[in-house]
Parts: sequence; structure tokens; C-alpha cells
Amino acid sequence: MSGNMIRVLVAKPGLDGHDRGAKVVARALRDAGMEVIYTGLRQTPEMIAEAALQEDVDAVGLSILSGAHMALAPRILELLKANGQANVKVFLGGIIPDEDVPKLKEMGVTGIYGPGTSTEDIVNDIRAAIPEHAS
Amino acid sequence: MPTLVKALLNGDRLALSRLLSQVENDTKEGRKALEALFVHTGRAHLIGVTGAPGVGKSSLVNQLVQHLRKNSEKKIAIIAVDPTSPFSGGAVLGDRVRMRDLSGDEGVFIRSMASRGNLGGLAYGTAALTQVFDAAGFDMIFIETVGAGQAEVDIARLAHTTIVVEAPGMGDDIQAIKAGILEIADILVINKADRPGIEHTEKALRGMLELAHPISKQFLHHGRTEKLRMSNKPIISEDGWITCIQKTNSKDGSGVPELTEKIREHSIYLNKSGDRLTRDRNRLETEIDIMIQNTLNKEFRAKLPEEKFEQVLEKVIGRKLSPWEAVRQLINGRNP
Repeated sequence: MSGNMIRVLVAKPGLDGHDRGAKVVARALRDAGMEVIYTGLRQTPEMIAEAALQEDVDAVGLSILSGAHMALAPRILELLKANGQANVKVFLGGIIPDEDVPKLKEMGVTGIYGPGTSTEDIVNDIRAAIPEHAS
Repeated sequence: MPTLVKALLNGDRLALSRLLSQVENDTKEGRKALEALFVHTGRAHLIGVTGAPGVGKSSLVNQLVQHLRKNSEKKIAIIAVDPTSPFSGGAVLGDRVRMRDLSGDEGVFIRSMASRGNLGGLAYGTAALTQVFDAAGFDMIFIETVGAGQAEVDIARLAHTTIVVEAPGMGDDIQAIKAGILEIADILVINKADRPGIEHTEKALRGMLELAHPISKQFLHHGRTEKLRMSNKPIISEDGWITCIQKTNSKDGSGVPELTEKIREHSIYLNKSGDRLTRDRNRLETEIDIMIQNTLNKEFRAKLPEEKFEQVLEKVIGRKLSPWEAVRQLINGRNP
């Protein structure tokens, strides 16, 4: 088997310890035929950007339930850009207040997902955002 | 020289990462890069880490690399292979979770790899990735296999030093005398040394090693018998390396300094004894052989009309022709 697999980094930045959502998403992406690099809890933005670089991923999925998304997401976007990975799409899941959604999108977050989102929607959005890999 | 290759040789980490993907995906650019990089390879020490799922391979690599980085300037790469789902083709690669202590160290580069359908404990592209890291100037390359059962021994062909990790409670002395994974160990690690049952595991493994005869190791790879010139005489006697046992605890790092010392000794032994060259020779011989087979096969199939192949195949499916006769007819160009 060769060819271009979609590679996605799934990470939990910040200090909350609820990784159930991140695991559910990781599993769903796996079942959709993607290669998921799972990095676990309490990652700093620097750790996430470094892992994205070493793994040459197409997308980064962040799970943030601590409310710190307005600090963490832009920092991660900034680091990705600094590393030459501005092309990497960033997706965000967690408890994100409605008024923050447009701001985050403007910063460059591709998709934002709250509780109750179907994993199918996430899979489809990732595929659509990475067209050259359409599998 | 392709730009990515040039950037990689200049130490650009993003170029390295991109090239690893090209090579893993076996693209045209990837193959060209491998060709250009080959002259820069052959320097790194390849260390395989294998063992059953859950024995603590990733945590051990985390500890080992931390210790090595603290005490030397060596640049270290880690290739961590996890299984691909046979159903969806996807994978969850989770070895990085145990290696978070290595984050932020510029001298360490971790790459996760899905097995993509290969069954030997590695992925088809793993050997090629080691060459990219080697050319990029990494001094040591750790290759962590898929959680392996009994027969996934590909790693012994690729690595210079093979570490097999065991843990207490994984089986009795009959497991220890079975053929397969335990035979390929240059260093046997009993991890989770704080667990009950450690004495029993150690006794079983020591018993296994004492039974071993000083014969050169042979094993089957791609249907052929391969010989590794290793014998089991007492520790680095004039012509052999005896598999040694090291107890470790990757939670607190105990036993890890001793283990790095054994890896160093094995590396010295490989160079002194000529084993490293022999292994390199065997590996490259097999590689060239496989390339010849693939190239000839591709050329032959390109010349052979597809309909003709289909015709013969139909006859074989209908049991009117044996596969052997089919091959004879196809190769001799006779009409079926």
C-alpha cells in the first residue's frame, strides 16, 4: 500500500484533563482511513507545532475544554506558520462560545466543533479541506 | 540535486520531514531523493526495539534517548511503527504519548509510521526512512516496531543492534525456548522490573540463553534463509556476542544507564568483529536481489499483453492449467 494518506495530529493543549472527546475523534478518523498521530494530554503550543513538523501532517485537530482557546489556538497557528507549515489546516473541538467562533475562523482555524457534532461531519470537513488527498 | 535534498543536507528539519513523507509514500520524488542520499548513508547506528504490545517499548525509548542526550551530543532519530487497521486502512499512532519528555530537544526527531499492511513488525518504507535519517546526519536511529508477537523478526535484518523487551508475567519457560523473536535479541530487556514475578521471568530467560548453542543464526526472510553471523559464546569472546539481559524500569529510569552502556558495547563489538559490515553486505545483497526481481517483473509485464495474461489466468482459475505451466507458457511466449 502506498499513496497519499491523510495524516492528522490530534492533540490536547492546555491543562484540562478530559481527553475522551479527542480519543473519540482519533478513533473516527482512523475508521475513515486516516493516519492519526495522537499526542495526548497537556501539550504546549510549542510541543504541538514541533510534532506537526516532525510528522509532516496535513491537519491538526485540537481539543480544548478549558476555555483557553483564544490564547492557545492563535499561538499554535503562529508557530505553524513560523515553521513553514502555514498550509496545515487547524480544526478545533471543545466548549467554544458562539461569539468566539468568527474570531477564531478569522485567525485561520478551518473548522470548529462543539458537543454533539457527528464525527462524520468532522471527517467530511477534513477531507474537503485537503483536496489533493481526496481518498 | 533536488532542492529538498539540498535543504535536508543543510539540516532543514521541514525538508527532512517532507522527504520522509515522499519516501514513505514511495513517490517519484522520494525515490530520486533516496538515490541522491545513498552516498551519505552508512554512518548511523540502527537500534531496533521490539516486544509484545504493552511491555513498555515507547517508555523505554523515551528513557534511553533522554539519558543518551544528557550524556552526549549525538543526534537521535526515532521511528515508531504502529499497526494500520486491516479494515479501514487508517491508524492511530500513539507512541509519541510516551515520548513527551523528548519534546523541545532539537537533537531528537520522532517520526510515527503506520505499518500499512506489512506483517513483519515494520512498514515497507521503514528501511528507506532510516536511510533518510542517516543521510541527514543522525548518529543513532531507534526503530520501535509494532507490538510484536512471536515471529515478527524483520527488525533483526534492518537494525545493527536488536533489543527485545519483555515484561514479567508474559509467559513461562516454554515460551522462552520457542523459536522466533527471542532469538533475534542482542540485548534482552526485562522491563517493569518493579513488578512481581520478575525473578521468574529472569530465570526463564537465563535458562533459555544457557541452552543456546554457539551456532550462527539463520532465519527466513522473503522465503530465503538469511544468515546473521552471531554466536552465543560468553560475552564478547573472540568471535561472538552473547545475548545479555538487562532489567529496567522505564517509570523511574533504573537500569537505563546500564542499558545504554550495553548498546555502546554492542556497537564497539560490531565494528571490531566485522559483523557490522557482514550485516550491511547481507542486507544490501537482498535489497539488490529484490530490486532485480521487481524490475524484471515490471519489464516483463509491460511487454506482455494484458489479454494474454487474462486468458492464461482464466485457464488456471478453471483448473485447466497449473500455475507452473502457465508461467512456462507466458515466459516462453507460446500461445496458451
